Amino acid sequence: MAYNLKEMVNKKSRLASGHRMCAGCGAPLIVRNSLRALKDEDHAVISCATGCLEVSTCIYPYTSWKDCSFLHTAFECASACASGASKTYEKLKRENKLPQDKDTKFIAFGGDGGTYDIGLQSLSGAMERRTDMTYICYDNGAYMNTGTQRSSSTPHFADTTTSPAGKVIPGKVQPRKDLAEIMIAHNIPYVAQTALIGNMKDLYEKAEKAIYTEGPTCVVALSPCPRGWGYPTEDLQKISKLAVDTCFWPLYEVENGKYHITYKPAKKLPVEEFLRPQKRFKHMFKEGNEWMIEQFQKEVDKKWEYLLMMEEITNK
Amino acid sequence: MSKEFGRGATILKSGNSCEFYTGDWKVQYPDHLKDKCKNCMMCVPYCPEDCIKQKDGILDKIDLDYCKGCGICANVCPFNAIEMKHKDE
Repeated sequence: MAYNLKEMVNKKSRLASGHRMCAGCGAPLIVRNSLRALKDEDHAVISCATGCLEVSTCIYPYTSWKDCSFLHTAFECASACASGASKTYEKLKRENKLPQDKDTKFIAFGGDGGTYDIGLQSLSGAMERRTDMTYICYDNGAYMNTGTQRSSSTPHFADTTTSPAGKVIPGKVQPRKDLAEIMIAHNIPYVAQTALIGNMKDLYEKAEKAIYTEGPTCVVALSPCPRGWGYPTEDLQKISKLAVDTCFWPLYEVENGKYHITYKPAKKLPVEEFLRPQKRFKHMFKEGNEWMIEQFQKEVDKKWEYLLMMEEITNK
Repeated sequence: MSKEFGRGATILKSGNSCEFYTGDWKVQYPDHLKDKCKNCMMCVPYCPEDCIKQKDGILDKIDLDYCKGCGICANVCPFNAIEMKHKDE
């Protein structure tokens, strides 16, 4: 079915108002709109790695999760819990102990800390065991919950509290890790990278595909963070669009090993456009620091060319 | 035992955070200009608080009880039909 914004907003929201995420946060948008991709009659079991999302959606005695079962678990356990629940469900269904006409989907959410660093082993395990679940990572590029410490998803040269840019180091010294490629290497049926752009078509369609593909699937979504990145809260859509148009965050999906770039910018913008509005990259525009932008651009170009090449090779 | 909580003091209601109003966080609030609005629904999925309510394809109201005043809705609106105003206005 073709995507229709008006029909999409009529679907039920499974994340209620009154959560305590910061104003302008991208994570509740990713969660709410990807859960809208579920059919209204289907049930969902959500497990969540510790992070902004978990600590601010279930502050006792309140919970923001609506019409779904929520597993409050430890930092590294999101995928392990979802995987266990999914296997138990399979067993009970096989033994006819659960109604056969109803469907339950298993979804795990994690921030980049709980996915790239701390939860990577359990995620890798769940993917390798071919559990029928979906992992959705909202990537805001640092441990924002505890005050912007670097994570392995923090971009190269970004200024964080544990990689402060100054005379000694130029921000984060290492380039970022690429989770989507790690997931592709697990040979799972569906991996996608998405962002909050346009009318949410990209996010919605990829979430729908991921949730309703049998087997382990993974979606990595860019979640802008106004506090950590240092940009005005109202610019969320603008900043994600710039990330996509500069090819810092390419939108693509990999279905059974076949790459497909879902959005190719008509005019690829220089990466400065994405870096300039953000305070965490401010030092890169100081005199004498031009080499940082050059190197950043090189890394972005390399990744983009790799994707174009992979799309060509895998679709032959 | 009170029926408000389950065994081990688990929360029994789903989505009960809507009893907690986050609206007092804001310093600016969105004003919906109905004559400019074309009901394109662009702002609805972009509201992090889910407080822009629509009914049958018509923008109903912006629930200021939860709105944190981030201003995303005013920025994504292609028709400038949402204006941010300071809360003292």
